[in-house]
Amino acid sequence: MRTLGGGLLLGTHDLKEMFGQEAPPTVGEPLDMPAEQAPIMSSGAGQTARVPRLSVHNITKTFPGVIANAQVSLDIHGGEVHALLGENGAGKTTLMNILYGIYQPDDGEMFIDGRRVDIRSPRDAIAHGLGMVPQHFLLVRRHTVAENVALGLRDTRFLFPVRRVEQQIREAGERYGLAVDPNASVWQLSISEQQRVEILKALLRGAEILVLDEPTSVLTPQEATQLFAVLKRMKAEGHAVIFITHKLDEVMEAADRVTVLRKGAVIGTQPIAAVDKRTLARMMVGRDVEFHMPGRSDTGSERDALVVQDLWVRDDRGLPAVRGVSFAVRQGEILGVAGVAGNGQRELIEALTGLKAAERGRVALRAGDVTNRSARDIYEAGVAHIPEERMRTGIVPQMAVSENLVLKRFRYPPFSRGALIDLQAVGDFARRMIIEYEIVTPGPHTPARLLSGGNIQKLILARELSAQPGLIIAAHPTYGLDVSATDQIHRLLLHRRNEGAGVVLVSEDLEEILALSDRIAVLFRGEVMGVVAAGAVERETLGLMMAGQRA
Amino acid sequence: MRQLGPLRFEPDPEPPLTRTIVVSALAIVTAFLVAGMIFWAYGVSPLRAYRVILVDTLSDPRAVPEIFVPAIPLLLAGIGLLLAFRAQFYNIGAEGQLLAGTVAATWIALFTSTPGPLMLPLMFITGFAAGALWGLLPSLLKLRLNVNEVITTLMMNYIALYSVSWLVTGPWKGPSVRGFAYTDTFPDAAWLPYLPGTRVHWPTLLLGIALAIFLTFLLNRTRFGFEIRVQGHNPDAARYAGINPLRTTLLVMLLSGGLAGLAGVGEVAGIHHKLLDPNQVSLGYGYVAIIVAWLARGNPLAVIVTAIFFGLIYSSGDVMQVSLQMPARVTDVFNGLILFFLIGSERLLHYRVRWIVPEGRSAPIG
Repeated sequence: MRTLGGGLLLGTHDLKEMFGQEAPPTVGEPLDMPAEQAPIMSSGAGQTARVPRLSVHNITKTFPGVIANAQVSLDIHGGEVHALLGENGAGKTTLMNILYGIYQPDDGEMFIDGRRVDIRSPRDAIAHGLGMVPQHFLLVRRHTVAENVALGLRDTRFLFPVRRVEQQIREAGERYGLAVDPNASVWQLSISEQQRVEILKALLRGAEILVLDEPTSVLTPQEATQLFAVLKRMKAEGHAVIFITHKLDEVMEAADRVTVLRKGAVIGTQPIAAVDKRTLARMMVGRDVEFHMPGRSDTGSERDALVVQDLWVRDDRGLPAVRGVSFAVRQGEILGVAGVAGNGQRELIEALTGLKAAERGRVALRAGDVTNRSARDIYEAGVAHIPEERMRTGIVPQMAVSENLVLKRFRYPPFSRGALIDLQAVGDFARRMIIEYEIVTPGPHTPARLLSGGNIQKLILARELSAQPGLIIAAHPTYGLDVSATDQIHRLLLHRRNEGAGVVLVSEDLEEILALSDRIAVLFRGEVMGVVAAGAVERETLGLMMAGQRA
Repeated sequence: MRQLGPLRFEPDPEPPLTRTIVVSALAIVTAFLVAGMIFWAYGVSPLRAYRVILVDTLSDPRAVPEIFVPAIPLLLAGIGLLLAFRAQFYNIGAEGQLLAGTVAATWIALFTSTPGPLMLPLMFITGFAAGALWGLLPSLLKLRLNVNEVITTLMMNYIALYSVSWLVTGPWKGPSVRGFAYTDTFPDAAWLPYLPGTRVHWPTLLLGIALAIFLTFLLNRTRFGFEIRVQGHNPDAARYAGINPLRTTLLVMLLSGGLAGLAGVGEVAGIHHKLLDPNQVSLGYGYVAIIVAWLARGNPLAVIVTAIFFGLIYSSGDVMQVSLQMPARVTDVFNGLILFFLIGSERLLHYRVRWIVPEGRSAPIG
């Protein structure tokens, strides 16, 4: 690694000196540093390695009716990658929002380099050397990388602020392996390059403690590996990295220590060497988790549930998003559609389900040609659709669970008689579905909004699968769900497959695709890079296909 | 979450009914307080003005029925607007749709040879149709070309207003009224009956109450109502569920415009018995109905209450004119203030306010 002239604005904590009046905290637990951890090259003034860079003490945060964080305590050291692991709703995001000053804790204290701090806004957080890389990037798409970075800096010149920044971006890029062209416009960048810009933004603002919120959800496996290498460089430079995730593999691969949260409370903090996936899963869920799927019967059907031929679809901006896609799904088969987000998956699904017109090509079901038919026609032809954005399209949050369960069927008997809705029939059906699909809800008349993510997804599955569809189109069916809900949804999909339904499973989670699919199609820039049998393919091969290599 | 002195604001997306009522009442009280300053600037003691508005209006046996005169058109137009708002169609055009109803009713009453017993029913039917038609154009523009309905429905009001002006000064100007700009008086068969001793044309009032009940049923118990609610809460989910947004919105707008049209029929058949200057036919009912519908927060039955409340404000304007020698337009000031504070208070609905004295905290940083 070439070292540069140290022109980087790291570790400038001028404000921090003003708050040295408070006593350093007592550090409760002994530090257990993994042996392979890089030596600490802390740039802060005067503290020893034993004082944590960031220390969180007994943070409690409640929302009406929910305890989001219960007495959470956490120490993060300079030069470590600390994974924050937990299911959705475990309180990871709340904790990070408190660190970043978006929420104020009800109780508890925070210390940076041993000094008590009171972070009341993201501006305070930045002043204290905290940086956040959000899951959804906050970049001005039409501006260049340098302009985006300059936007967040404190000491920019009034005139031509960007020029000096370009140099800083190049230096930092080289130092951390975050190569990106400062003069490129953000809209021209790939997702992983945009993420690099977010990281650079935080670093150049002087972030010593970097929080990454689910950073790998938008990356190919190769890109994720690259990101982990960057994290390694950052910790070698003495940064503290907090890495929020719910994926066990990533924790094992990238973290030095891991803290597991469950139901808002810390279950434990462990060095990575002391845990394995099974232990972590148990800590996360609170019980043992089976890692193998239910058996799959060989349905061996030769009949197609769905045939797509030379399909072309434009996206909302009118640009071609699906470009000449052809594939078939047999009855009793799960076809996984892999690919990095934004490579035409959304438009493909919308064209298959009647939500978007195809420009060219043909979509045929067992019942016949359904190209460019309405969503209602396609539903009536036996297609279930588990949508990508379950809160935005999958349910009507303000309406009752029971009403959401008949969202597509309210117009048919027994739920409708003439122009009237039969509330009795709707209620009976809802109570049956709640039991059958184990939907946790206070009752059928509760607004769907109040359910947890997993239960909302179960509601959607109950509605879609109870109609006995011949074809199921599932988009990211377990995205953001906890281990047990994920498991249940996987079982439901496999069950339908074994009964003879065709399934199109679109997911960014390669583990999920590999675990469930019979065959896998990889989408890249709107084209199918190839369809491969799931049993015979390597992860690396899929990763290369996701990056544009044909099978 | 915000802290403001000892008050802490916590987000709560689901406002309970009591908070809705309390916040709305507070908004109205604030409007009264600000209006009081205007009275004071006008040289009238605010306390005296409040007494006139509330006590005199409500205690005078002749004034109480007058509350219902404006309440009737507000009720009909209000439930129509409420329906449109439930489907997320922001119909600002009730005034024009109401005027379209008056024109249709006048045409039936004066220019057709409809037999007596059929006269009033036919006036209501054509008035409904005319109001619906007036709402149709903006909804088609919205659905086909995605033209903002707030603009088009508002502009349609002016088209209606000047069309009525033109009719009563030109082609429909009554031969028997000499120089005045209005039509001939309607035949007796086109007059709605009053409650004895009042100007309350009770058939229209009954129609309004019946339709408020009907709309509640429509929204909660019918397939069409289900579609309206899904469409209104979440248009994306409606598309996903195979609900045709064109059909839903179009039907809603036909109903919404039609109901305003009915209000117009009530005004000409019940109060004026002729068509006259549009600003005299409707005292801004179509606009005030927006506040009436807003205050009812999506519940058609609540419109009965809010319409009567605004009826009170209208009739108190008359009382103030007489007892305090203030211009009757002071009611417009009132209505404006109430709408202003209601919309301003909307954000507050979604916060729970708690009284928490912050403890000694460490030095905040800037």
